[in-house]
Amino acid sequence: MSTPSVVVVTGVARHLGAQVAARLAADPRIKQVIGVDLTPPAGELARVLADVDVRQLDMRGPEIALLLADSGAEVVVHLAIVTAVDQQSGGRAAMKEHNVIGTMSLLAACQQAPDMRRLVVRSSTAAYGASFRDPAVFTEDTEPREVPRGGYARDVLDVEGYVRGFRRRRQDVAATVLRFAPFVGPRADTRLTRYFALPVVPTVLGRDPRLQFVHVDDALEVLYRSVVESHAGTFNVAGPGVLTLSQAIRRAGRIAAPVVEPGLSAMASLARRTKMVDFSLDQLDLFVHGRVVDISRLVAEYGFEPRSTAVAFDDFIRGQGYGPLGPDAVRAAEQKILDGIARIRGAR
Amino acid sequence: MSDVPDVWDRRVAGALALLRQRLTGDYEVDEFGFDRQLTESVFLPMLRPLYRNWFRIEAIGAKQLPEDGPALVVANHSGTIALDALMLAVAVHDEHPSHRFLRLLGADIVFRMPGLSEIARKSGGTLACNPDAERLLKAGELVGVFPEGFKGIGKPFADRYKLARFGRGGFVSAALRTGTPIVPVSIVGAEEIYPLLGNIRPLARLLGAPYFPVTPTFPWLGPLGLVPLPSKWLIEFGEPIPTADMMDSADDPMVVFNLADQVRETIQQALHKLLERRPDAFSA
Repeated sequence: MSTPSVVVVTGVARHLGAQVAARLAADPRIKQVIGVDLTPPAGELARVLADVDVRQLDMRGPEIALLLADSGAEVVVHLAIVTAVDQQSGGRAAMKEHNVIGTMSLLAACQQAPDMRRLVVRSSTAAYGASFRDPAVFTEDTEPREVPRGGYARDVLDVEGYVRGFRRRRQDVAATVLRFAPFVGPRADTRLTRYFALPVVPTVLGRDPRLQFVHVDDALEVLYRSVVESHAGTFNVAGPGVLTLSQAIRRAGRIAAPVVEPGLSAMASLARRTKMVDFSLDQLDLFVHGRVVDISRLVAEYGFEPRSTAVAFDDFIRGQGYGPLGPDAVRAAEQKILDGIARIRGAR
Repeated sequence: MSDVPDVWDRRVAGALALLRQRLTGDYEVDEFGFDRQLTESVFLPMLRPLYRNWFRIEAIGAKQLPEDGPALVVANHSGTIALDALMLAVAVHDEHPSHRFLRLLGADIVFRMPGLSEIARKSGGTLACNPDAERLLKAGELVGVFPEGFKGIGKPFADRYKLARFGRGGFVSAALRTGTPIVPVSIVGAEEIYPLLGNIRPLARLLGAPYFPVTPTFPWLGPLGLVPLPSKWLIEFGEPIPTADMMDSADDPMVVFNLADQVRETIQQALHKLLERRPDAFSA
């Protein structure tokens, strides 16, 4: 299929949205890239978005429908999904309003946009929920066994529900839903990356979940290809392979502090009230159950395989710096012990 | 100096290198959570004394397992606590020429419990469900199942060596769908490790457990009652049952039930023969 000439990207005031919009704007085949967000992109992001036509508007209002119709938008990339509660801007209620109502309104506008050909929506592997009776590896067809506790996971399920409705009503539009594993990268700043930067990393006692990450650059590549090529369907996007939480903490050279699960739940609510640490039920569920997905559908359809979870995580840690138990420190300690033995042996 | 210190040098260096790899997370875990290094260097060495000295296990016919490629290992289940599953895993690894790992399928109660769930995953186990079983078989692994489940492991001592019902035969459809051979395995000896005399139902319900066992030593002797009785074990691997020509019948309940029954009968008859070879449960 041909490359679109007008693309609308939502959520450009955030890192991922801005990068995607800039990448699309750099493609000479695309005439116009329109970036939409409620707040104006600040600082470095404004520079990244130099070639992007940024419009500051509220997706919940009528302006978005006008914009899609007037600009003749052919592809809409919906990245304006908030993953974590931000206390400064209204807490969980505002987050749900932004994610769920925002998506609903955007899809209603898309439904009426005459030139629409493709819709690309950011989702998350959180859509699979968390339960002890889940299979070890989720494929795109696995249904969640229980409604997840976390707000973000529930929003994601709602968003995907609206996309299903949209697909039924606009069968001429190719809809792509990308279920991303948590992002990591040398410069990524997410709740999860801040968690791994803590001096002592709290974990759930008796649980060592299997985790998967996707490198931000690979996520960018998949999003870019979803716009310039046509890949209808739902796809898991994650780095192949697995790191357990304890292994990830060790690779970061940090120290784990296991806490009993009720203690962590209490900490999550304390964190909500004191706003000191950023810790939510979404994260707690991930740290009890873990989450591993199958990416064979992505690889077959896109002909692209993200770098492995371990490689992506190591890249993130190199950008961040190792903790006190980094590989060099441990290797030095090992050498010291071996030298000590050799010295004692030599003295005899 | 003699060359004895060299051996110790190498051992110390090896142990330190292992410790360094563990401390820096420099090891691989598969998508089910199986940690091969930890299993080889910690779990199996811990189980070996139990396998060799306590239960004096004799494994017969480990060559029936394929050299490589998948097989579904189906065994009888008994003994109040699933020690038979662990011993079977040791038998497969130590007695098979290519030292293969048995990927056990466990009940969801195992994965509900903190600590235990992680040991189960790291040693290669996963939840007993068809997606996981088929994924492992497609990857060419040896998968171990106990179709009797709690009905087998928690049956009274009086019913020893009588196979319980085989559930819905989910294991058979997993084998059929992947065209994997089924290897029936009969385990003699696990029935006597904790002879189950009674079951305190209200306590079991209170703890959310499938049963609360009463054995000759538990709970009377307290923690000492947890020591298994040193029965003599025999583990026999039977001839593989091929399923490659039945792949279309995975959804046919008739075929599934018949095959499940055939496997059950095979194991039951092998159990009777093995019991004749072992007249005394606590012989040497």
